[in-house]
Amino acid sequence: MSFAPVTVFVPKDAAALSVGADDVGAALLNEAQKHNFEINLVRNGSRGLLWLEPLVEVDTPNGRMAYGPVTPEDVSGLFEADFLSGGAHALSHGKTDDIPYLANQERVTFARCGLIDPLDLKAYEAHGGLVGLRKALSLGPEEIVVAVKSSGLRGRGGAGFPTGIKWETARTASADQKYICCNADEGDSGTFADRMLMEGDPFALLEGMVIAGRAVGADTGYIYIRSEYPHAIQSMRAAIAIWEGANLLGDDIAGSGQAFHMHMRVGAGAYICGEESSMLDSLEGKRGQVRAKPPIPAISGLFGKPTIVNNVLSLAAVPFILSRGADAYKTYGQGESRGTQPFQLAGDIARGGLVEKAFGVTLSELVNDFGGGTRSGHLVRTAQVGGPLGAYIPETGFDVSMDYESLADAGAMLGHGGVVVFNDTVDMAQQARFAMEFCEIESCGKCTPCRIGSVRGKETLDKIIAGEDLKGNLKVLNDLCILMTDASLCAMGGLTPMPVKSALKHFPDDFNSARQPVE
Amino acid sequence: MPELNQNPLVVDACKGFGNRPENLIEILHVVQNCAGHLSDEDLRSIADALNLTRAEVHGVVSFYHDFRRKRPGKTIIKICMAEACQAVGCKSIKDHAEETLSTAMGETSVNGDVTLEPIYCLGNCALGPAVMVDGALHGRVTAERFDALVLEASS
Repeated sequence: MSFAPVTVFVPKDAAALSVGADDVGAALLNEAQKHNFEINLVRNGSRGLLWLEPLVEVDTPNGRMAYGPVTPEDVSGLFEADFLSGGAHALSHGKTDDIPYLANQERVTFARCGLIDPLDLKAYEAHGGLVGLRKALSLGPEEIVVAVKSSGLRGRGGAGFPTGIKWETARTASADQKYICCNADEGDSGTFADRMLMEGDPFALLEGMVIAGRAVGADTGYIYIRSEYPHAIQSMRAAIAIWEGANLLGDDIAGSGQAFHMHMRVGAGAYICGEESSMLDSLEGKRGQVRAKPPIPAISGLFGKPTIVNNVLSLAAVPFILSRGADAYKTYGQGESRGTQPFQLAGDIARGGLVEKAFGVTLSELVNDFGGGTRSGHLVRTAQVGGPLGAYIPETGFDVSMDYESLADAGAMLGHGGVVVFNDTVDMAQQARFAMEFCEIESCGKCTPCRIGSVRGKETLDKIIAGEDLKGNLKVLNDLCILMTDASLCAMGGLTPMPVKSALKHFPDDFNSARQPVE
Repeated sequence: MPELNQNPLVVDACKGFGNRPENLIEILHVVQNCAGHLSDEDLRSIADALNLTRAEVHGVVSFYHDFRRKRPGKTIIKICMAEACQAVGCKSIKDHAEETLSTAMGETSVNGDVTLEPIYCLGNCALGPAVMVDGALHGRVTAERFDALVLEASS
């Protein structure tokens, strides 16, 4: 008797690979052959349920069934349990879509991520891809900009600047050449949404960039990816080649007369190159040093030409805005924070992964309801929100709504949406010291408050930790923080005080060397 | 002008990028990927080909953490030391690595087998501690797993 091959999904996302997805894929093929089953193994992106990786999914008549985390040793047992028909097994989670972690999300930007083979253009179209681009090609540049403006989309890289206004500035600038630059230098610890999207749905980013090109009159795009992301680099390179072959990039996109050429640039291990002007210098082959503003890049950016610099997630949100309409995007969120934010749950967390929700979800819902508290079993003490330059929010402040305004009111920031959970063994004085040390390591060196301030900050914290003249040194540290905040050229020096000050404010006892560490 | 004794790899890399100075970082990546590190001679050839001063090239090379001026070990191990991995004990992985390999972070072992480097975020923040061994990413790394990875890499 012969059966139609069953489709089995094993992610090739870097996080899944880091816990053995390739070995699981090989074991599945091997075991299937042993049992004379024909399976169609699809290497998809990750669904973002990272604690379940490698998450194996089986396409059954009842929907996609999830098993995870699967090791190669589990594979023979899965076949015995008839998992190809969705059979019960200790690792079974039922239908993937019904897993509460996923079912309770609002997947907009990540709607396709993990569903398909990321480089299968037909599957991309079958799941709603290219609709936004076709719409954009039928619209004039101004109409596209109006749509993005009225969607309320704000830059997802961290600064939260209204994307439509940036586009409008570049659109109305007159120049012989304009550029679209995608900032994929996702350096914040605790963030991986850009990586996941570039690996799991790279066409979505390309689609957003081509739309941006049409909107502002740019025919050339650059994607600047950090070198720490070899899998994303590979995936984007392959995606670009496929789009060039399908006439979706080139001189005449889909016969529309619109031209757009895409280039990739790989960073070289400098956190500061996530700052837009520093990234532009790096794209020009120089030291990635911050530029003084004005002029803003939308007026004078790459090679002195009007340039849109947008984060991966901002650009990848655009196809939805075009295909479903600005209002559809705007219905998500609240206040001036419209749409959805892919939050990333990281650190000591039981269910780490990607949670895309409308703005307004609370930090407690993310850490406790989605995340399930710590992985270690310790109590949650704090979460750093928004990367290395973000505030440490104490567990008592977890009722904060995760949107731009509420976080700012709480002395914190959204950043790129990373949430790093720390348990009750964390020493906040050490975390404050690390913030200064990280700034020392990664400062571009152009402005003194950042270059020198970080070094002095680290030294002062060392004295505080050693119990040396606590009062005097805390005053020095406070002065330094004010100076760095007010006088630094960019957010690196300007925001490094944020984690330091939040640690001082919420955990003053940790800066008293008499404190006994929790065992 | 006296001809430099040029490495054909470098000449090709520069030519492949049109000898254009804005492609310097790409060229440095290509040369380092092939040669393992960036030698004085190679940097001189690159400066020459791109019509840049050696100081300008040095400025770029020294700015970026990725570029190395010394030959690395046969295996390059990068341990993520950023916050998300700190929260799950990367410091103990680092201490374990430094001790078992008798090599400090940022250094190459005396026998030239291993280079140990800190890295600030591999984007595997939900599955830390994260370690990259010769470009392959590993998650939830324990001391035992670390030893196994070192063994695999050296065999």
